[in-house]
Parts: sequence; structure tokens; C-alpha cells
Amino acid sequence: MVKQRQIEVLVGGFIAIGIAALVMLAMKVSNISAFTEHEGYEVVAKFNNIGGLKAKAPVTMAGVHVGRVVGVDFDQDAYKAVVRLRILPKFDRIPVDTSAGIFTSGVLGESYVGLEAGAEEEYLRAGSEITLTQSAMVLENLIGKFLFDKAAGDDSSKNDEF
Amino acid sequence: MDQWLQALGKGGLSFFERLGRGNVFLLRTLTGLPSAMGHFRLVIQQLHSVGVLSIQIIGVSGLTVGMVLGLQMYNTLVDFGAEDSLGPVVALSLVRELGPVLAALLFAGRAGSALTAEIGLMKATEQLSGMEMMAVDPIKRVIAPRFVAGFISMPLLAAIFSAVGILGSYFVGIGLLGVDSGAFWSQMQSKVDLMEDVVNGVIKSVVFGFVATWIAVFEGYDAVPTTEGVSRATTRTVVHTAFAVLGLDFVLTAMMFGED
Repeated sequence: MVKQRQIEVLVGGFIAIGIAALVMLAMKVSNISAFTEHEGYEVVAKFNNIGGLKAKAPVTMAGVHVGRVVGVDFDQDAYKAVVRLRILPKFDRIPVDTSAGIFTSGVLGESYVGLEAGAEEEYLRAGSEITLTQSAMVLENLIGKFLFDKAAGDDSSKNDEF
Repeated sequence: MDQWLQALGKGGLSFFERLGRGNVFLLRTLTGLPSAMGHFRLVIQQLHSVGVLSIQIIGVSGLTVGMVLGLQMYNTLVDFGAEDSLGPVVALSLVRELGPVLAALLFAGRAGSALTAEIGLMKATEQLSGMEMMAVDPIKRVIAPRFVAGFISMPLLAAIFSAVGILGSYFVGIGLLGVDSGAFWSQMQSKVDLMEDVVNGVIKSVVFGFVATWIAVFEGYDAVPTTEGVSRATTRTVVHTAFAVLGLDFVLTAMMFGED
């Protein structure tokens, strides 16, 4: 009987350790708030170019995580990218004239959407559209532009000499 | 040519025969589950021999795998100045792949082989026939409790493996290599998704637990009741479980993480 009791205690300990490991994986390793991010309200923003932005990219305001990109689509009438943003419900006083830009964290980091608050008294609601948008900076375009400007600058300086 | 075809046909037939026996056996085991749950004391005994006694090997392997992953990844990541990504790299590889797969392989070696040998020897010493004589269904009395115990143990062992591995890489990364502790956890939390990564890893370990235990008890029950037969069955358990787990892992990974 004592043996059986000991076995039961050991098995109880095993199951407790296993569940503790699962809880650690859920709470400490992954982001438990992923559950709550299914709530909140959705707004859309249209961009000329979204660069490497993908669904699930973070949406930040002043560097603080306020939501996530839930989907990226293409509008065939305006020829623009339509990005759907889900904002957490507690951030419910974002002005309607807020502007959105696509940035990259670090040189090789992931893309994210940064919001810059406007000054209106009216606030974004579900289904609102952010009209002031700034496209992603595509590195190749920047380099191309820089080289082009430099070449043009060299030409003009040469012309000046003559 | 004739002989070659005959050998192929014989091999194919015996393969499908075994597959059929295995499936009938699984069906009988599953119908025996309710009565096994009724005698939960039997299941607890098996949980002890299958689960509790496997903690040691799972814990030590998890710790060393985590520590080695931490060291190796750090050496590569530091070239890109991305050593803060150590946390997500280690956590993702452990939670998605290494935890379930390595835990299942170790489980086959530690617990699966023991299950096969035990059941095979019971068969060789005619204990199973003896039970049938006394109108005790050996499937309900012997097989089903072991099956339930393996099925419950495997996901818990895989979770322990991943958790201990992450702690191991934490000790190496923060203690030895000087990665920032805050960046380690916060980067991990922002990259690892509960549903996408953790729950999918748990689903994998549940599938592996089912398959590994099924193979182990079936090989024991199906063993040729001689000394050599039991030893062969034990070997087959480990080899077949490894094949099944690695093959299923690819299929499950393609299904879970294949798109996008």
C-alpha cells in the first residue's frame, strides 16, 4: 500500500512538472496576449508601396505596441496596397487625422507600421480609414536615387568647370 | 527475375498483413480504453514506469540540447550583431521541432523499448494466454493502461524538454556569453506565438505520443514469443518509431507551417 502511495505521489509530481512546463511555454516563452489581440477594432490604411510588410507585423505608436497588421490586400481601382490594422481596444482615442508610415526596425529588421497622432477631436472607430500614409522606404529605390543624383551632380559639376 | 518478384510480393504481403494486424490491434485497444480508465490504478502504475522514469533522460537531454543550441546560435548570430535574437531562435527551434521530435525519439528508446520487451516477455512466458484462460482480456488489462500512460506522458515530456532546453540556453546565453536577459525574454515573447508555435508543438507531441506508444505495444503484442523474437521486436520498436516520428514530423510541419 505504501508502495502504491509513493508511486501515486511520483506520478502526481510528474504531471505537475509537465503542466508547469506547458504553462511556462505559454506564459513566459510565447505572448499570452496573443489571445486578447483577437479583440479590438479594425481600421484600414492605403499605401502606395508597403515594401516587405506582412500580416502580423506590429503596429506601434510612439514606439509602443498598440496593435497588429491583420491583412494585406491590393486595391485594383486605386492601385494601392490596402493594409488592415487591428488596434487593441484600450487605445480608443486615436485621432482621425493620424498618419501611418511603414518603417523597418534596424537595417535587417522586420517591417512595422508606425502611427503618428494627429490633432483632431474625432477618434478612429472600426472601419475608419487612415488617409495620411507614407510608403515604405525601399532600400533599392533609395540607392538608385542616390546614385542617379550623384551622377547628375557629377555631370553638373563638370559642366560648371567648362 | 521470378524469384525477385516473388520476394517483392512476399515482402509486400507481409507488410500489409502487419499493417492490418496493427490497425485491428489499435481498434481493439481503443475499445478497451473505457475499462482502462475505470481501473485508473493500473494507468498510474504505467505512468510511473513510462513517464516518471523518463524524466531524467528527457531533462538531461533537454538541458544539453538547449545549452549547445545557445552556444552554436550565438557564434553565428554575433557575426550579424543579432545576438539578441538568441532567445527567439532557440525557443522556436525547441518548441516547434526539437522538443517534440527529440522527446519522441528518446521516449521510444527509454519507454517504448521497455514496453515492447515487457509485453513480449509476457507473451513468451504465456502470461497473456494465461489471462485469456481466466477470461481476463489482456488488451484491456495489459495493453490499454500502457497505451493511455504513453499517450498522456509524451506531451508532458516534450513540454519538459522544451522548457528545460530554453532554460539551458538562458544559462549559457546570459551566464556565459553575456546576452542581455531582458532582450532574451522580450524578443522571445514577441516572436513566439501561443497558437502558431506552442500549441502546434503540443499537437505534434500528442501525435508522436500516440504513434510511438501504438508501435511499442503492438510490437510487443505481435512479437514472436521467443528470446530472439522479443529482442527483434524491441529493436523494431525503436527503428520504426524513429521512422514514423521523422516522417510524420515532415508532414505535420508542412501542414502547420507550410503556407506563407
